[in-house]
Amino acid sequence: MSNLVISVHGLSKFFGKRCVVNQFALQVERGQIYGFLGPNGSGKTTTIRMLCGLLTPDAGEGQCLGYNILTQSEEIKRQVGYMTQKFTLYEDLTIRENLDFVARIYGMSKRRQRVTDSLQQLGLMERAHQLAGALSGGWKQRLALAACLLHEPQLLLLDEPTAGVDPKARRDFWGQIHQLSVQGITTLVSTHYMDEAERCHRLAYIAYGNLLVDGTVSEVINHSNLIVWSVKGDKLWQLQQQLTPLPGIEQVVPFGNVLHINGHQAELLQHSLAPWQADNRYEWQRSQPTLEDVFISLMQQSQDNSI
Amino acid sequence: MIKFSIWRWWAIVTKEFIQMRRDRMSFAMMVGVPLMQLVLFGFAINSDPKRLPTIVLAADPSVFSRTLIQALTNSGYFQIVKVVHHETEIEHWLALGQAQFALTIPIDFSRQLVRGERPALLLEADATDPAATSNALGTLNVLIPTVFDRDLVGPLQHLRSKPAAVELRVHRRYNPDGISQYNIVPGLMGVVLTMTMVMITALAITRERERGTMENLLATPARPLEVMIGKIMPYILIGYVQVTLILIVAHFFFKVPMLGSLGLLYGIALIFIAANLAIGITFSTIAKNQLQAMQMAFFFFLPSILLSGFMFPFRGMPAWAQQIGEVLPLTHFSRLVRGILLKGNGWEESLPELWPIVIFMVIVIILGMLRYRETLD
Repeated sequence: MSNLVISVHGLSKFFGKRCVVNQFALQVERGQIYGFLGPNGSGKTTTIRMLCGLLTPDAGEGQCLGYNILTQSEEIKRQVGYMTQKFTLYEDLTIRENLDFVARIYGMSKRRQRVTDSLQQLGLMERAHQLAGALSGGWKQRLALAACLLHEPQLLLLDEPTAGVDPKARRDFWGQIHQLSVQGITTLVSTHYMDEAERCHRLAYIAYGNLLVDGTVSEVINHSNLIVWSVKGDKLWQLQQQLTPLPGIEQVVPFGNVLHINGHQAELLQHSLAPWQADNRYEWQRSQPTLEDVFISLMQQSQDNSI
Repeated sequence: MIKFSIWRWWAIVTKEFIQMRRDRMSFAMMVGVPLMQLVLFGFAINSDPKRLPTIVLAADPSVFSRTLIQALTNSGYFQIVKVVHHETEIEHWLALGQAQFALTIPIDFSRQLVRGERPALLLEADATDPAATSNALGTLNVLIPTVFDRDLVGPLQHLRSKPAAVELRVHRRYNPDGISQYNIVPGLMGVVLTMTMVMITALAITRERERGTMENLLATPARPLEVMIGKIMPYILIGYVQVTLILIVAHFFFKVPMLGSLGLLYGIALIFIAANLAIGITFSTIAKNQLQAMQMAFFFFLPSILLSGFMFPFRGMPAWAQQIGEVLPLTHFSRLVRGILLKGNGWEESLPELWPIVIFMVIVIILGMLRYRETLD
């Protein structure tokens, strides 16, 4: 068996006449943590649903865990842990009952033992008889992850798992994902958080159904050819308004006391910035583009394409 | 390639039972609704109203007047609430609705009667609700020809009414006393099942989709068929609890005769419950949220209750309404239950009413399956 856990190409999905996913191709190796980024409504969830057999692609083919995604969705479902965007365990069942239900659905042996182990790992042994709906956001997310790990899946598909979860819980969550990665479990995770994107081994950026870039974090940044200037000084908001309409300047974004100005065309950018760079009220510096710079610039371009 | 796993199915059944137990309100409704309807309909509805308020204008106080008034009271349908002395009063009482009937005995009634002049009696009825007056009026037709027989003695004997050339014998079979409850309580079984079964399944499955838990469920190896059958299983049980509850109340409180086989009744109830659950599931595949599911359940429930012959006599409806009624499972189930309980019908007499329910169920299930495939994608 090859080392590729997911290998699909040409995946397309239409909802009515609208193309939600267009000719999507993806290859993910065993043990990788693969980040899935893109604006809202860009087809991330639809892609994940196609990978785990919840939706049938209208075109394209490929394999997931060595099974054909078109014909063997049952086998795929058995070895995939899918965590939905919303909390979708049963709020009117207790924590233990929820885990117990999942274990039964997967027909697991030594069910009680495994549920108890999972509860202990979670640290929810004392609260096992509380209703899942009574848990806080962070705990719900941990419980949901525990539930989709219960049947020891080879591949985790996580759809915005950390939305609305506090930073500490998010850090713990990512710690756990990395631990699983060491054990050879592959993760495909969609997110809107840039700090989370940077924790992934590889990234894919999709917008409006199209895959725009993929690669490691540094590959994505280098590939962007984005020139970024940062500037410090007084009354930056004034400067921001003056710079925004100039040719060659694609984005002017404040980051605390610093303003990031970026664009792709070096000469045009240089020409527009020259008078301000001579001004000694401001302190100019060339800087590395951040992931956010790259993604927002990608997003603007893709919007232009789609019109 | 339908693979059905008993274990996964059982997982869903247990889950549903736990959820049902937690949802005290719905659980109480499932038992409370049949009880409440039994009390309301069973005790309150009476299609044969008696002791209707009647006023009398007796312009001719005689022995015949007294006999007539006594006879009216004895029939049970009329209760004399007032004796008035002027026609305007009759107008007033009827207009206000305080009297259902007004009887006018004209001046010289007894004299004309004795002379054999066939005097006229006037009975005015508030006939706004035909059902309320028809039985009372029917009684009068039987009562009047012979009411004075006891007073017409001696030389007046020739005035007695003569027996008709033909004698008609009427047997009111299955319900000789015309007790409304015998008709309504068995009919309620189908009404209660239709209401709870359709609504609860439509809601239960729509809720699962609305909360997103269905997506989670379908991402597991659980097959749609296992999910569906697993989800409706507890409600079949609830349906049986309701049937039993109604039978117990029917037997002990309303003394409804139970002539036929209860085993047959329970068997037929299963098919009827399944048909209603199928409707609920099909609704849930169309409804986008629980409110819509609820509205669709009512959309189905209202014609069922109105056109099935539960509320109004089936044969009193025009042909087109009867045709709609014939499609509805409740129509046939009501006939089946009444047939088994009151007439002691067996398997053979039940079959003609059973297959329409089965056909209805099969069509609804096919529709539901087609819709279900679409909604997966």
